[in-house]
Parts: sequence; structure tokens; C-alpha cells
Amino acid sequence: MTILSYLKALNRAIGDEMERDPAVCVFGEDVRVAVSNVTSGLVKRFGPERVLDMPISEQAFTGVATGAAMAGARPVIEYQIPALLFIAFEQIVNQAHKFSLMTGGQTSVPVTYLVPSSGSRDGWAGQHSDHPYSLFAHVGVKTVVPATPADAYGLLVTAIRDDDPVVVFAPAGAMGRRADVDLARLAPVPLGLGRIHRPGSDVTVVAVGHLVHDALEVAEELADTVDVEVFDPRSLYPFDWQGLAASLERTGRLVVVDDSNRSCGIGGEVLATAAETMRLVAPPRRVTRPDGAVLPFAEGLDRALQPTREQLRHAIQGVMKAGTTG
Amino acid sequence: MAEPVIATAAAVPVLAGTTAGGSVPEGLAAADSAKAGSVLAEAAAVSAEADSAPAPDSAALYRTVRLIRGFEQRAIELVRSRVIFGGIHPYTGQEAIAAGTCAALRADDLITSTHRGHGHVLAKGADPARMMAELAGRSTGLNRGRGGSMHAADFGIGILGANAIVGAAAPIATGAAWAARCAGSDRVVLTYFGDGAVSQGVVLETFNLAALWRAPVVFVCENNGFATTTRTQDAVAGSITARAEAFGIPAERVDGMDPEAVFAATARAVARARREEGPTLLECITYRHDAHHTWEHSARPRYRTPEEIELGRGVDPLDIQGARIDVARREQIDAEVEELLEAAVRFALDSPHPDPATALDFLYADGTTARAGAL
Repeated sequence: MTILSYLKALNRAIGDEMERDPAVCVFGEDVRVAVSNVTSGLVKRFGPERVLDMPISEQAFTGVATGAAMAGARPVIEYQIPALLFIAFEQIVNQAHKFSLMTGGQTSVPVTYLVPSSGSRDGWAGQHSDHPYSLFAHVGVKTVVPATPADAYGLLVTAIRDDDPVVVFAPAGAMGRRADVDLARLAPVPLGLGRIHRPGSDVTVVAVGHLVHDALEVAEELADTVDVEVFDPRSLYPFDWQGLAASLERTGRLVVVDDSNRSCGIGGEVLATAAETMRLVAPPRRVTRPDGAVLPFAEGLDRALQPTREQLRHAIQGVMKAGTTG
Repeated sequence: MAEPVIATAAAVPVLAGTTAGGSVPEGLAAADSAKAGSVLAEAAAVSAEADSAPAPDSAALYRTVRLIRGFEQRAIELVRSRVIFGGIHPYTGQEAIAAGTCAALRADDLITSTHRGHGHVLAKGADPARMMAELAGRSTGLNRGRGGSMHAADFGIGILGANAIVGAAAPIATGAAWAARCAGSDRVVLTYFGDGAVSQGVVLETFNLAALWRAPVVFVCENNGFATTTRTQDAVAGSITARAEAFGIPAERVDGMDPEAVFAATARAVARARREEGPTLLECITYRHDAHHTWEHSARPRYRTPEEIELGRGVDPLDIQGARIDVARREQIDAEVEELLEAAVRFALDSPHPDPATALDFLYADGTTARAGAL
């Protein structure tokens, strides 16, 4: 067994895929020097023709990746800051995502958009701290948020091999994670297949990205009184609705914890779908950032807008109480 | 899914242009001097060939102009009779650009097009019948009725799609050019945009990248004087050619009403691109004889005077090119094109509408199914 960090897992996934498929290439800002470390060593192994430093020009190089993909390449773009997705939104959502349908299936756009350190990073303030996965799930772009090093590896590999555009969000809160894994057993993880990190019989907590680890801690804290099942969807689009339904068959109670804004967020979608089609014995709850949140700079203010373990504990207890009395 | 334009197996990315851009750290560029020598020799041979610019095929150019004109006239009629849903952006008057540029391309070269794309798509060789069926939203259309007028694509003959977002195709074309070169091909990609697009940041960003990489791209600006209703001089500071020149891209103003002038300029630009000398911008000065969109036929916004329109329509690529061939040949071509277009309209009208149950087919390449909007 080897200790694998989340960061190294991302790096390893790109390297393995570049090794396996000569069409895979990397686009991004400072990817040769590997400022974020995600692309460390790749230029040395694969050369500057396959690891391309780009000018500060996100719209152009995101669009270039679309054209390159339609002509046979499989670009992986690294964005150092999640807010850059807003600049490239046109190119991803309106171009790459729509080409397959608009052309009647004549082409596909196999580009992977990798966003390391998505969400709040200490002290980066308003324009560096968004976690906009719900936007991409909303428009139907395949959207992935791995929580663990093995899943970071397996989901990124799958994203790169996928013939459609896929956005991979690596939460800042998960980047420091390490796990003892057997490198030989690292494998692609299919999109749309959730993972139960902790089985339980009282309440299902759907936790997204780094919040899986918070959910596991809270579950342990409450173990004497509540048996919490922690369900990690791993990909938000496609979403493992069957897996969730099976979990709710067992528990009948639902809490979602998700580090994106409340209104129109993935948390709302999970609650709505569960309410429409799944077994619930109590009103579900969600823990998210507030509506329209912009993370302020000061540490206390930043933390104040992120979902907390305390809020999650409160939500779980509330759902249990409602289930008992109602 | 259709065959990729460039087979993935062959797409071993080797980007010669990055070394040319000087951005490669020392020691990383694997220079193979013997190979470089042979490339230079080839380039010299191609260069000598290009200097003796090919003669235009006047009759073929006339035929393309005639085809596009006739196609547009029929499409406008089909909009009026509501066979074509929504409307179209007529290309009438601008045909010289599509005809001249595409005549200078090889069959395996690629193009990207705009919301006013019928001319480009037809000139590149799309089947007028399947094109008309696409406009009519039929399942036999180029895009199986999923793209319509603004998104017509035929990847089999190098048409990477018309694009309804102004300027959005420029980076796509540049990416395709990069990947084509990575795959070892000498294909050129030609991308069209209007004068409105030169104020889109992404187009200027793309100029920067294409110049840095010496990408084999020809940027064709169709300057018809208006971004919808806004005059170019009210929207564009400085000159359009200077915008490209600022990035080190050679730029040329071309008479966009004359198919042979467009052909000659494009042939030069294509030869440069094939010699790996990088992109060129052609600013083709043209005039749109018809509306920005057929919506104008009823809304009638006033942004150009009747006198101006009359003057503009007086310059007609159909007449200019028609005068270059003898009358008998011209009549023969007219008759052939009429017959072809009659058949195209019949084909479109006889074709089935797509099954509404298939409305989200092709959304994902791997067949992922989207959830329904209602239970």
C-alpha cells in the first residue's frame, strides 16, 4: 500500500492517460512549470507539444480545445481558479456541450475541464472562492466532484476517456486529503455511480466533494443516537438517482450538504427529486452556502458562509425529530 | 458517431508551431535537423508552386454563385410559406466570398461558418437537398433537423458547423488547425466571421494564439457594413486589418463582390498557411442585398436608405462573374442549377419530420439519457 495524495492522484491520472492515448494533451496557464503542481513532471515526460502553456486567454484556449477535440485531440484544460469558468462559460456550455446535438451526432467534443482547488481557499476572497458545479449540472454538462484520492484518480481518468465535455471539480477542501491505496488497484470510476462511504439505517446524508469527510465525522459523532448513511454521488451530472433511491428505501430520511449557493443548487435538485419519486418519512433538509453568496475576505466571514459540521448535525437531528413526531 | 475529421489514432500531437513561437523552454524542443531540412525543401517547392497562382475556373465560380443565389431565393420563399420555421439570415449579395474562398481550398481542408452560413456550406460542397431539408427541419437534413439554418454542418466534407454566436468559431477553427497539424496533415482551416465579430474579445484572443503558433488558419472577415443594423463605423474603432496586423498577422482588404478577386487572395493565404507561415486575415468588403434576417421582411427596421440599398444591389457578384463566361455556358449552368434546386426543394418537402420522442437524441456522445422534464 502507498500513501496517495489527492493532488498526486490527479497528476497520476493525467500522466497515465497521456501515456495510454497520444491524443491526450494538456492546455492551461503555467502548466509546464506546474504552478498548481497538478501537471508536475508532464512536460518532461511528454514534451512541450503535448503540454501547452497558454496566454491569459481563457476564452480563446477553451474554444481552441473544442476545435482540437472535434479534429481528434483530447485536451485536458487546467483552470487555476474556478471563477475562470465564468469567462469560459460560453465556450463550454454554448459550444462544446451543444455541438453533438446541434450537428445531429456528427461530432463530439471530448474535452476535460479540470478545476483544482475549487471553492474556498484561505484568503482568496470573492473572485477565487466559488464552487460553481451546480451551474454545469444545470445545463447538462457532465459534472464530477471527487472526494477521495482514489476517486479523484478514477473519475479524472473516466472524464478524459469520455467522448463528451466533462468538468472535474477538485474541491480545495479535498486537495490535502491522503489515503492509503494500492496503486495497482487504481481504476476508472464510472460517471453516475455514487458511493456509500458509511452505511446507516436512519438517515441518508448526501455529501458533495470535501463535505463527504465532514459528513463522516458528524456521522461518527452522532453514532450513539443516529445511524447515518453517507452517500457520495461523486458525479452530479449524471447523478446516481437509483443509488439514492435505494439508500432512501433503507433510511427514508434525507439531508444534503453541498458547498454551493442555495438557490437552484444541486442540493435543491436532490431534495426535489427525492420528494417526487423516492421514499421519505420526514421532510428533507439541505445545508448549503446562502443564496447569492460571495465569499468575503476576512477569515471569519469566509467561514460563516460555508456549510459547517454544526449545521449538518443540526439538520440531521431535525430530520430525525420530524420523522419521529410526524 | 461519424468518423472524426482526423483519425484519433493518427493524432499524435506534435506541434511544430510552438517551437516557432519561441515559448518552449530550452532543451525541451526535440529538433530533428534532418527532418527539418526536408520540411524546408518541401516548403520551398510548395512556395514556388504558389507563386504561380492557380487560374480561377470562371464557370465553376459562376455556378457556385448561382447555386447560392438560387438556394437563398427558394429558402426565403419557404420562410414566407412557413415551411422553414423561424427564419434565415440571407446571404444574397455576399456569394462571391463563399464561392471564391472555397474554390481556393482542397476538398480535405476545413471550414467553420457563421449564422449567415448557407453560402459557405454550399460552396464547400454540401448537398443542396440535404441542406434545404435541414433548413426545413427534416430528419434527412445535414444535421437531422437538429441544427437548422444557423448550425448547418457536414463533417464528412470538412464543414465544422455554422455557429450562431458571433466570433465563437474563430478559436474552434484554430484548435482544429492545431490538431490537424499535430496529426501530420497540411490541412488548412478557413473561418468566416462578420465585421461585428472583430469587437468580440475571443476573436482578438484567437488572433494572438494563431499568430504565436503560426496556425494554418485563414480568417475571412465578411464586412458587409452592418452588425445587424449598426454601421461598422459606429462599432469598430480603427481598421479591421490593423487589428490582425497588431498580432503580426498579414491582412488584406479584398473586393468581396468579385469571386475571382476573393479566390486569388484566398489562394495566397492558403499557400502561406500550407507553407507553415501562419494565419492571414482577409477583410472582404461586401454588401448584403437582402435583410439581416427574414424577420426584417415584416418588421422593416429603417437603418439604410432605399437609395443605398438600390446602389448596393447594383453591384452583383452574379453579374460580375456571369460576364466572364459566354452566354451559352451561363444559360446551361442556370438551367442545371435550377433543376438541382427544384429537386432540393422537392426532397426537403417530401422528407419526414423528426419524431418528437427523439428530441434529445445526440445530446451525449455515449448515449447518456437525459431525464424527462415531467413525470
